[in-house]
Amino acid sequence: MRDVAVIGAGCTTFGEKWNTSFRNLFVEAGILALEDAGVAGEQIDGLYVGNMSAGRFVEQEHIGALIADYAGLASHHIPATRVEAACASGGLSFRQAVIAVASGMEDIVVAAGVEKMTDVASGASVDTLAGAADREWEGFVGATFPGLYAMIATDYMNRYPLTREQLAQVAVKNHFNGARNPIAQFQQEITLDTVLRSSLVADPLRLFDCSPITDGAAAVVLAPLDRAREFTDTPVKVLASAQASDTITLHDRRDISTLDATVAAGRRAFGLAGLSTADIDLVEVHDCFTIAEICAIEDLGFCRKGEAGRLTAEGVTALNGDIPVNTSGGLKACGHPVGATGIKQVFEVVQQLRGEAGRRQIDGAAIGMTHNVGGTGATVAVHILGV
Amino acid sequence: MSVARFWRKIPQRYNLIGTTCTTCGRYFFPPRSFCPDCRRAGNVVDYKFSGKGTVITHTVIRTASEQFEQMTPYVLAIVKLDEGPRITAQLVCAPDEVRIGMRVRPVFRKIAADGDSGVIYYGTKYAPAE
Repeated sequence: MRDVAVIGAGCTTFGEKWNTSFRNLFVEAGILALEDAGVAGEQIDGLYVGNMSAGRFVEQEHIGALIADYAGLASHHIPATRVEAACASGGLSFRQAVIAVASGMEDIVVAAGVEKMTDVASGASVDTLAGAADREWEGFVGATFPGLYAMIATDYMNRYPLTREQLAQVAVKNHFNGARNPIAQFQQEITLDTVLRSSLVADPLRLFDCSPITDGAAAVVLAPLDRAREFTDTPVKVLASAQASDTITLHDRRDISTLDATVAAGRRAFGLAGLSTADIDLVEVHDCFTIAEICAIEDLGFCRKGEAGRLTAEGVTALNGDIPVNTSGGLKACGHPVGATGIKQVFEVVQQLRGEAGRRQIDGAAIGMTHNVGGTGATVAVHILGV
Repeated sequence: MSVARFWRKIPQRYNLIGTTCTTCGRYFFPPRSFCPDCRRAGNVVDYKFSGKGTVITHTVIRTASEQFEQMTPYVLAIVKLDEGPRITAQLVCAPDEVRIGMRVRPVFRKIAADGDSGVIYYGTKYAPAE
């Protein structure tokens, strides 16, 4: 197995991008990444695209070839592959690209993620996202995604001392970070009151506990580490790539409040990298809902079960805390174009490790982690990157 | 949902027909045809669940997908059936009535419909048992 490096990264702004089509979102991110890497289109050996549901959102399948075509690569006939695992599609796309380079099958590889979610009405997008859970035995009876995570929150708050205010602080902290990220969908700080007075979506989760509906795309370029210096002075090494799965339904999990796939992928990643939580300078976790960030911090091993709410309230996960979590603003404030999120997490860590994160820069950041979840935890991808 | 896709699950949705593995005694709802514990040594046969169970966790859905928009707010819960399996289901009770640990029993109800003239989907909801 060869060592792999990220040699370039690009991301569109995230938001409700009415003027931009699905294919143009990808092209914009792809060009940014290639320009950043100093790579020309004809040098690309392979393309992986994470996308959850272009079929439902824009009635388009066969995404791999479409994307390669509009990236101007049709005449090069490169292998172009779509990767799907609901909201973890981006994380898995990155992992497939890492595997391709590590194996020696391909050298210069683009890993991308794209989702265009605002071309359907809100009810239709809720229904499409519900397909990330079990359609027959969760969606059929009226379970929504906020509803499933709300049931995690109910179980968690019944067993551990998590207060409603501590949960809200996750959103307040992520909006603070998002306000310092020029690609974020929401670049406004909020207060605890903003969260606590927002409308209930699925008790106890309110509107400001939930990540938004977002359009966006992100792309990174990978190369073997021993060739990375041909393209960039600031390669970012892939120290670990791990993936795990679990039951598709929430109700079949061993423990409703623990994402065992996060635990498994996290342990594998730390094992592969020979690192522990103490080595991580920042982590991008999958905060599709505020309760998801609480669970992620604990399940990755940064603290014991039941402690993440208190640590969040104490500022431990803030930009200037011991474990900065979601410096990009997370899914909550940066936005959550589902297939693009896993790649955006890598984009954020790459920016931080290169010292290019501007007003949200973590001083001296050398090792960062990404954590991308599909569904309520049936798929998890964890990556560790370092300089 | 196509008629066939709904129709083939009527035994489960109307009458709670699941399965059990006679090798290890584990129960499955929704039914599985392959026992994850015994694997190829398993022997999986049909089993009719009583439907009695206990609420493990719950929420009140206030923003729903298109098919359920007119029914909000409604109570959604994970129920642990007495035989062991857990299921996700709607509860037929007021939002402030649901509690963790609440005993429930199955009731036959309309779940959703495909528009004004499409298939009506029936199935099982749960009501407070006491």
